[in-house]
Amino acid sequence: MNSSGILSVVTFVYGIAAFLYLVSWIFKKKTPGRLATWTAYAALIGNITGIGMRWAESYQLGYGRAPLSNLYESLIFFSAMIAAVYLFVEKKYHNRVIGAFTMPLAFLAIAYASLSPSISDRIQPLLPALKSNWLIVHVVTCFIGYAAFTIAFGISIMYLIKERDLAGKNAFLDQFLTAPELDELNYQMIMFGFLFLSVGIITGAVWANSAWGRYWGWDPKETWSLITWFVYATLLHARMTRGWHGRKIAYLSVAGFAAMLFTYFGVNLLPGLHSYGAM
Amino acid sequence: MNSKQQSSFTLNDIFSFFASVRLTVIVLLTLAVTSVIGTLIPQNQAHEDYFDAYGEVLYRLFSVLDFFDMYRSWWFQFLLLLLVINIIVCSFDRFPAAWKIISGSPVFQLSRFQKSSCQRKISIPSSFDNLQTHIEKTLSGKTKKIQIEHEGERYWMWGEKGRWTRIGVYIVHLSVVFLLAGGLIGSFFGFDGAVNIPEGEAVRNIRLFNSGKLLGLDFEVRCDKFSISFYETGAPSEYRSTLTILEEGIPVLTRDIIVNDPLSYKGINFFQSSYGTLPSQNLILSFRSTASGMEYREKISPGQTVTIPEGLGTFMIKAFNQDQKFMGRSIGNAFVGTLTTNGNEPVEVILPIKFPNFDKMRKGDVIVSVAESENRYYTGLQVTSDPGVWVVYTGFILMIAGCIVAFFMSHQQFCIEIKADGASSAISIYGIANKNKIAMKRKIDMIAEDLIKSLRQL
Repeated sequence: MNSSGILSVVTFVYGIAAFLYLVSWIFKKKTPGRLATWTAYAALIGNITGIGMRWAESYQLGYGRAPLSNLYESLIFFSAMIAAVYLFVEKKYHNRVIGAFTMPLAFLAIAYASLSPSISDRIQPLLPALKSNWLIVHVVTCFIGYAAFTIAFGISIMYLIKERDLAGKNAFLDQFLTAPELDELNYQMIMFGFLFLSVGIITGAVWANSAWGRYWGWDPKETWSLITWFVYATLLHARMTRGWHGRKIAYLSVAGFAAMLFTYFGVNLLPGLHSYGAM
Repeated sequence: MNSKQQSSFTLNDIFSFFASVRLTVIVLLTLAVTSVIGTLIPQNQAHEDYFDAYGEVLYRLFSVLDFFDMYRSWWFQFLLLLLVINIIVCSFDRFPAAWKIISGSPVFQLSRFQKSSCQRKISIPSSFDNLQTHIEKTLSGKTKKIQIEHEGERYWMWGEKGRWTRIGVYIVHLSVVFLLAGGLIGSFFGFDGAVNIPEGEAVRNIRLFNSGKLLGLDFEVRCDKFSISFYETGAPSEYRSTLTILEEGIPVLTRDIIVNDPLSYKGINFFQSSYGTLPSQNLILSFRSTASGMEYREKISPGQTVTIPEGLGTFMIKAFNQDQKFMGRSIGNAFVGTLTTNGNEPVEVILPIKFPNFDKMRKGDVIVSVAESENRYYTGLQVTSDPGVWVVYTGFILMIAGCIVAFFMSHQQFCIEIKADGASSAISIYGIANKNKIAMKRKIDMIAEDLIKSLRQL
């Protein structure tokens, strides 16, 4: 079986993991929860194996390049990063309900890659412009940041639901972390994501300078990554010095996530230099 | 006197306007929203295209608002300037207080610990000895050094770490100032231009992007060779130019450049950005007469006219196209000529280099093709100089370091109170952190568990 085959199976495993997380939350059962965690680990390991195999296959084809250069490859890397960041959070906070709100997003990312007819999973050789050591560090840091923002988005949605039921009447919500805990975790994730987004933008700038002789050129992808950065920077300032908490922060986190999605997908609809991401 | 007070009051007003984080939030959000415009309207296109795309009214409006080059417009630059002033004023406003804490020495303030939301009380038998050693062990790594205060029946062991981390946010702010200062230096003292150099030729002048003017370098650049390699799929794999730098005609440096690997010389960088083909100045054309089947070869240069034997007319090369289109498809490099026969209108003949039999399709009395040509490549270089780039890179490093400190490190203080209370000792554990209170709560719980566990083992 080649890497695309493995990744199709992994897509299915992600679907099961997401389903089990939802079941364990809705029916409040421990066993599906435990199973969900194991399935998520299996999906992550399979996902990373698939990426590794794709890398090896590119050598067999004589291209020899990291599998991080088009939309298919970025999506499968994105799902791995979402799963990895989520499993880290689960280990640290011992709460599986967050999985019900974030693993479906990892599933969506990889399902989009595997199932969309418009996304090719063929291994193509690298364009001259992408032949650089900066490619790996730029893409990896950006997607760790994206994954953290995605988890923060899931947590923000949980916060917005939880916060309407502070009295604790709704039995579906009693497994949630408390509202202040969700708020704090949201903030922690955003700081983590902001650091990686900053490093991603910076490595991209250094790369652009070595490829095109300019570290910043206001092309749509660059500009949208900066817009995302501005939104999260606003959030951090509002929180750190103006004491914003809770709902306002959750809304800003959702807005930041929307900007991030546009940076990732929407920009491909606009003209610019970053068109590799659309192929 | 009165007027002086008045003016100092307004100065204060201005200062507090610039020192407010509300301004930061507003400016950041405004930057985020306005930046979108330039991604929806393609920047720096020809004005006719804008006029066609948006119509007269919108064109005029966008033009007045500088939307066609908005990131260099006065209002966008003003927003950036406002952000920097805000950052600088905010930092000056807050830094002295932070510095006082950073540079001061820790003072024991029991009341501050008692007010903290991170605290836990446990009780242990007072028969213990070595309690202090145990507490020291539990606190090790969490504080720099442990100090002890006594008061009657109670004593406190306390310590702290990470006082310096309060500087993190100022490092991040300084980094933004570096980034914009570097950008400013680049726009004043740097340049960005392009030049095409045919293989074998040397140039001294480059064309600047912004002004369109020529800029003379104080050395020459020669392109010795340009080559493209392809993957098996036919996609380009590498564009490579061999460049030589000439100082007063003498070669001083020869190097290959590819995309992502430019040449730098005297602070000026040469990037591989495009390429093209130049027509051969001396080519040999083949004329095959359909009547006699004879082939005649004639030397010709662009612009020149030759006479074809057998009275088949005259032929002139009038142009060279790098991307000749035929029926909507590209057929690559081609010469375009004019064939004039006696008594007829001149006809245009396309001579694609890749397809020598192309002219057969015309079904004329003579079939023209290019027999020999020595087309040369030219390499297209982007030429830049940016003395501000190292300031910007310093800003990058400061930003990453500053973010790590500001987000993930905190000033943490711990205090453990021991109070003998008959047969048992009451132990209170307090923690103060300037960030991430939930993590601090968890730490206090861990200290409590640690203590209980280690005492149980005795």
